[in-house]
Amino acid sequence: MASMTTWRRSLEAVALPVGAVFVAFVIFGIFCALAGANPLAVYGSIYKAAFGSWSAWQNTLIRAAPLMLTALCTALPARLGLVIIGNEGALVMGGLAAVLTGLALGPSLPGGLVLVAMALASLVAGGLWIMLAGALRHYRGVNETISSLLLNYIAIALMNQLVQGPLRDPAFVSKPSSYEIVETAWLGTLPATRIHWGLIYGLVASALAYILIQRTTFGFAARTAGGNVRAARIAGLPVGKLTLAVCFLAGSCAGLAGMVEMAAVQKRLNESIVSSYGYAGILVAFVARHNPLATVLVSVLLGGILAAGGILQRSHNLPDATVLVFQGIVFLCVLYSDSLYGRLPIFQERSERPGSAVAAS
Amino acid sequence: MSDRNRSFRLSRRQVMRGLLASSAFGLTAKLSTGCAQSPGTGGDAATGDAAAEEIVVGFIYVGPKDDFGYNQAHAEGAAAMVANVPGIRLVEEASVPETTAVVETMRNMIEIDGAKVLFPTSFGYFDPHILTLAAEFPDVQFFHAGGLYQEGVHPNNVGSYFGFIDEAQYVAGVVAGRMSPTGKLGFVAAKPIPQLLRNVNSFTLGAQSVNPAATTQVVFTGDWSVPVKEAEATNSMVDQGVDVITCHVDSPKVVMETAEKRGVYTCGYHANQSSLAPKGYLTGAEWDWATVYTRLGKEFMEGKTLMSGAIPHILRGGLADGFCKLSPYGPAVTPEAKTDGDAAIAGIKSGKVVIYKGPLETNTGTEVLPTGKSLPIDDVELEKMDYLVKGVVGSI
Repeated sequence: MASMTTWRRSLEAVALPVGAVFVAFVIFGIFCALAGANPLAVYGSIYKAAFGSWSAWQNTLIRAAPLMLTALCTALPARLGLVIIGNEGALVMGGLAAVLTGLALGPSLPGGLVLVAMALASLVAGGLWIMLAGALRHYRGVNETISSLLLNYIAIALMNQLVQGPLRDPAFVSKPSSYEIVETAWLGTLPATRIHWGLIYGLVASALAYILIQRTTFGFAARTAGGNVRAARIAGLPVGKLTLAVCFLAGSCAGLAGMVEMAAVQKRLNESIVSSYGYAGILVAFVARHNPLATVLVSVLLGGILAAGGILQRSHNLPDATVLVFQGIVFLCVLYSDSLYGRLPIFQERSERPGSAVAAS
Repeated sequence: MSDRNRSFRLSRRQVMRGLLASSAFGLTAKLSTGCAQSPGTGGDAATGDAAAEEIVVGFIYVGPKDDFGYNQAHAEGAAAMVANVPGIRLVEEASVPETTAVVETMRNMIEIDGAKVLFPTSFGYFDPHILTLAAEFPDVQFFHAGGLYQEGVHPNNVGSYFGFIDEAQYVAGVVAGRMSPTGKLGFVAAKPIPQLLRNVNSFTLGAQSVNPAATTQVVFTGDWSVPVKEAEATNSMVDQGVDVITCHVDSPKVVMETAEKRGVYTCGYHANQSSLAPKGYLTGAEWDWATVYTRLGKEFMEGKTLMSGAIPHILRGGLADGFCKLSPYGPAVTPEAKTDGDAAIAGIKSGKVVIYKGPLETNTGTEVLPTGKSLPIDDVELEKMDYLVKGVVGSI
């Protein structure tokens, strides 16, 4: 009986999102037909550009890597009942801390050590940034959604101020930027690919987050507090400490994404770091229902959609906003499918159980 | 199981989630990507043995192709290249951020579409993105708008191009100075970088050439695309009595529409914005990428390349070379203003009018050029400009 339940539940957990994506494809197909493109050919192109070859897979994974990390910034606090959307700000602060560390240490240390120091700095900076929102929430009752959103703007403004002033490299003329971090501290690519190490960071962080939330007493406490704060307090759980700790971990993940973006892609800090990885991470977290493992899959899906954006323009002459329309349809369908959990009879156990089963249990 | 009874109704929580996610999605769409500043002009590239062979040219834009600004100017130029040069096939991608996304886009254009020439048009694509790919694909030519190429430092298959659009700004200033009853002009500016300051100063000097008392109020918004601040700046300048407004931001759309609504004159920038301000649009400083890209397209078809040295690595030019132009005069422009504007164009093209000539001093009283001395438009001194000339109200 129990195994039966698990089986139906698992099927539900797989079938609903898959069904939602399928429905999204149908709706998007109608949209494409209206825009004058052949939907089947468009589907074919999307598949080809996102998952059709090793090169396409690399494109998808490159785009997915930062999303895995930024998604955790929303997913972790959500388990505690907090809606944090400060991902972009934490990413910027992480990138800023990483660059400052990288520039300060410069060539004085071996590249590997500089990278470790940069990663630690970004973890701490991003973590403290989101912890600030958590602290405001816990000690002053400030809505964490609003405060974390506003912290994004502060972080971006601070970064802009620094790169236009004290950190600015006057020799780099294309836009106000910091000095470049030393080449020994650049984060390379995985062997035989063009995917940078950020992907591995993302996978490891997601796995750790999953274990932390689902398999430890800390995670259990966090989930309990997320379910009912008052009950958690009565049970003697340190809700304040939990809030701060979870927010710190969440911000650390986004901060690490900032460090990866600096060390692997941009090599110097400038406004290019503000490229919506944080906001996309919010989407990923919600679609993944805040499950750290599901965020990996959803990140890859979104990465694939983004990777397919180009071919829609180049081969089908669709407008550049098409990929956003597609993304929007997919996410709305998946979010709507969320409301169907436990409501489709096929995934439920029969309410009138056979007497023998009752007796057996 | 009681859930089953209310099966498909959305709970408040789901509605909230949906709303939150959609707004986050909106933000994602809005906030993406940054800056497309800077100048440019035709790049080119070439390949193969001429005539029969088709050459695939890729264009990449940082924003939408119909932004009434920087990106639209390039997109119109690309369209002209295809229309004028048989044998060129165009692949385009818009709204590509300055991250790994542009690297992947360039790679796809090369590997999947077979592009031999790329025009990644945003300033911020250059370092590190174009440089990375150029090293990896030495037989593909990369043309970048902005003049950042350095001989011996950058790969041989990279070229840069830009135009002296401040010449066109000077002419716009002449027309604005003639048309303004009060002599108070306004300039909505993004960031105080040299190229933008050149535009502000040229516009002001143009106006002063017909009305020595003319002043330009400049407001810096701090970023290339902040529509709300641009509208605020426009409104506040109109409130202060400014009656001609121009700008240097990525998309002048908001400035033009706001100024038109307030009933003042406007001068455009980047592309032709007359449709946004049918009454008040006087003229505007536009890129003339159509000319430059067509010229380059023909060179590609002749088999000329950067690598062979047949196409120079740095291309630059002004009004005379077809790198920039003026929008056709709007209905409000008086015959006298047209005469003055045309004379300024002719003067600049022939070299008789020199924009930066002494005596010239900054608005803080520091002398820039003594009487009798002047700087030609392609002087590198001008590319380091960090001052506002006398008559500009504002500070950097």
